[in-house]
Amino acid sequence: MKLEAKPEVKAQQHVKTGADLLVEALIDEGVDTLFGYPGGAVLPVYDAIYRAKEAFTHILPRHEQGAVHAAEGYARISGRPGVVVGTSGPGATNLVTGIADAMMDSLPLVVFTGQVAKSVIGTDAFQESDVMGITTPITKHNYQIQNIEELPRIVKEAFHIASTGRPGPVVVDIPKDISSTVSEAKVETEFHLPGYQPNFKPNPLQINKLIDAISQAEKPVILAGSGVIHAEGSEELRKFACTHQIPVTNTLLGLGSFPGNDDLSLGMAGMHGRYAANMALYECDLLINIGARFDDRLTGNLKYFAPKAKVAHIDIDPAEIGKNVPTQIPIVADAKASLAELNRQNLTMKDHQEWLDLIQKNKDDYPLWHEQPEEKLVPQWLLQKVHEYTNGDAVVTTDVGQHQMWAAQYYTFNKPNRWVTSGGLGTMGYGFPAAIGAQLAKPEGTVVAIVGDGGFQMTMQELSILQERGLPVKIIIVNNEALGMVRQWQESFYEKRYSESLMGVQPDFIKLADSYNLKGYKIETQKQVEAILPDILANDEPAVVDCRVLQEENVYPMIAPGKGMHEMIGVRPT
Amino acid sequence: MKRIITATVQNRSGVLNRVTGLLSKRQFNIESISVGRTETEGVSKMTFVVDVSDEQKLEQLTKQLNKQIDVLKVSDITDKAIVARELAMVKVISNPQLRSEIQGIIEPFRSTIIDVSKDSMTVQVTGKSDKVDALIELLRPYGIKELARTGLTAFPRGNQPQVTDMKSYSLLK
Ligand SMILES: Cc1ncc(C[n+]2csc(CCOP(=O)(O)OP(=O)(O)O)c2C)c(N)n1
Repeated sequence: MKLEAKPEVKAQQHVKTGADLLVEALIDEGVDTLFGYPGGAVLPVYDAIYRAKEAFTHILPRHEQGAVHAAEGYARISGRPGVVVGTSGPGATNLVTGIADAMMDSLPLVVFTGQVAKSVIGTDAFQESDVMGITTPITKHNYQIQNIEELPRIVKEAFHIASTGRPGPVVVDIPKDISSTVSEAKVETEFHLPGYQPNFKPNPLQINKLIDAISQAEKPVILAGSGVIHAEGSEELRKFACTHQIPVTNTLLGLGSFPGNDDLSLGMAGMHGRYAANMALYECDLLINIGARFDDRLTGNLKYFAPKAKVAHIDIDPAEIGKNVPTQIPIVADAKASLAELNRQNLTMKDHQEWLDLIQKNKDDYPLWHEQPEEKLVPQWLLQKVHEYTNGDAVVTTDVGQHQMWAAQYYTFNKPNRWVTSGGLGTMGYGFPAAIGAQLAKPEGTVVAIVGDGGFQMTMQELSILQERGLPVKIIIVNNEALGMVRQWQESFYEKRYSESLMGVQPDFIKLADSYNLKGYKIETQKQVEAILPDILANDEPAVVDCRVLQEENVYPMIAPGKGMHEMIGVRPT
Repeated sequence: MKRIITATVQNRSGVLNRVTGLLSKRQFNIESISVGRTETEGVSKMTFVVDVSDEQKLEQLTKQLNKQIDVLKVSDITDKAIVARELAMVKVISNPQLRSEIQGIIEPFRSTIIDVSKDSMTVQVTGKSDKVDALIELLRPYGIKELARTGLTAFPRGNQPQVTDMKSYSLLK
């Protein structure tokens, strides 16, 4: 006999349990999408979700990691916190990678974990794990609810903390006795967080200093990070840069915050950034960092990072300023508010045409390049085609590895909120579930998951969700039968000793898709790309596209580990 | 350089874990921590003595502490006029013959004997860390059986010298 959930069951005059209070609090926060997986410690929560069924779309992944990455993709594209539910013990530990990922990339998540009953916490009870201990270093904040009255207040605080200031993940651990007890006591809903008052407005004195510095500068450059996107400050950035003709480069996560096709755009900087971008950072006399954290994949060897520059840094998180790079003009504030303020100032700049000419010359002399053997499928070219066929307007998520860098380089992003990638933690397995979340956040949009054959196999069980929900996510497997990025490093730095990085044995991805009732395609040549990819991307249905690309392609140009911005290799064809 | 940092925190579960976790995660060397309640209900105060390599590290330390939701205020009070105290208990090997000799040593430190047995005595000393260090060194030759220190706790004096006559001095080397 087939079991079915009873749709007609109504909440019969139910006294409120902790779980009901949780559901009410979620509805209060405007939550309509949940990513979660049930289990013993969250049975009461799932019962309350069942009773409030109309309120939520609940996405059931096939592994909790899928839930949390999907919630990250959802948060990135919707701008609202992704909400995750998991059970205690293994449920919670399966969420850890995604929580750490969200922490590194400043994504707002509110994660609810079940916990064993308070009376047995600390006894190594069945499925007990120290969620507070485990998640403390990887959360913006975490809570374990101690009594039912405080539940609504804590949920409010959690959403507030996750989504304001520098966004980040917040974990709320709920012991089972709390979610299942009924409470008649008056609940708390007001909150006050005296230790958490993120500064939003820029200090006028510091703005003046920056205006002063810009008016003196002969070689200014803006580095725009994802802080601009979180603050929704792209329009202000465009206005500022274009008015004063200041070139803009992006971090990996900042792509899209400034139109990639604008003349002032230098594209991505850093380890696999463009020559012109890195040289601009190396040569500039004024570096204006807006919402980027000077990550080591951006800076390379710090000794050679912007060595001649005065550094200004606008960041909502004061701890990022001066952490890696000494900063002369710190501005602790929201990126959009700061840019709007800068746009209000009177600013006359020195003539810096020479600087713009030099940058243009670098762009012309050292464009991105790749081999183009006839008939063979070259990954870089493939990514350009994906851009072309989606008018550069798709939401693109990636996994981690070579394909990620190629997507960053070749899928030129002209608008914000089109780009979802794991930058800080570099989490393989991220790309596909993140695309599911992105598609839920933008049901009408085209969402393309660019994944490696390695990373896809870490979370491909989530194909079930596409099947179940009919979500039209397009999965492009950049299949080089290798852990390509690892293989590249072994080629370059370990004399081609390909230790455990070649993956000759693979599933048949077409049959795999088929078994989930999804369409699968195999593409081996440029011609096939041109023949079938436009339709696949335009169709309103999911697709798994196995693209067999040249195995030996490498990501260039590159700053080798330990080297400086000015020491790029692979800037030109050999 | 050694610095004395104080943090007032909301007395919530997990706050100590969060603070010490972040210090170790970011590789700060903690010499001592003391924690206790304050005059305000629900607010505790932590005093850290840390060894940091340079100004930039020090700035990171205070910023990272400040960033924690339950941390209300962080101060580096090293260069302020402060009152700072630490308590130590030292169990020294002794016998009736040595007892008065040891008493003579500890007297100038205003230290007291709080326990005596056949073959040992326990001495309590309160003061700045260098005073405590000095007494411990003097007692060492007799044989220290057990030693426990609370770590430093400190706050600014009621009267702070004017900026002009404030010399930068440090309690800690
Ligand atoms: C969870 C995890 N494990 C290991 C790594 C290390 N790593 C970085 S890139 C990479 C290779 C990825 O291979 P694939 O997914 O096939 O993508 P490609 O580089 O070939 O495009 C590996 C193993 C990682 N980033 N994440």
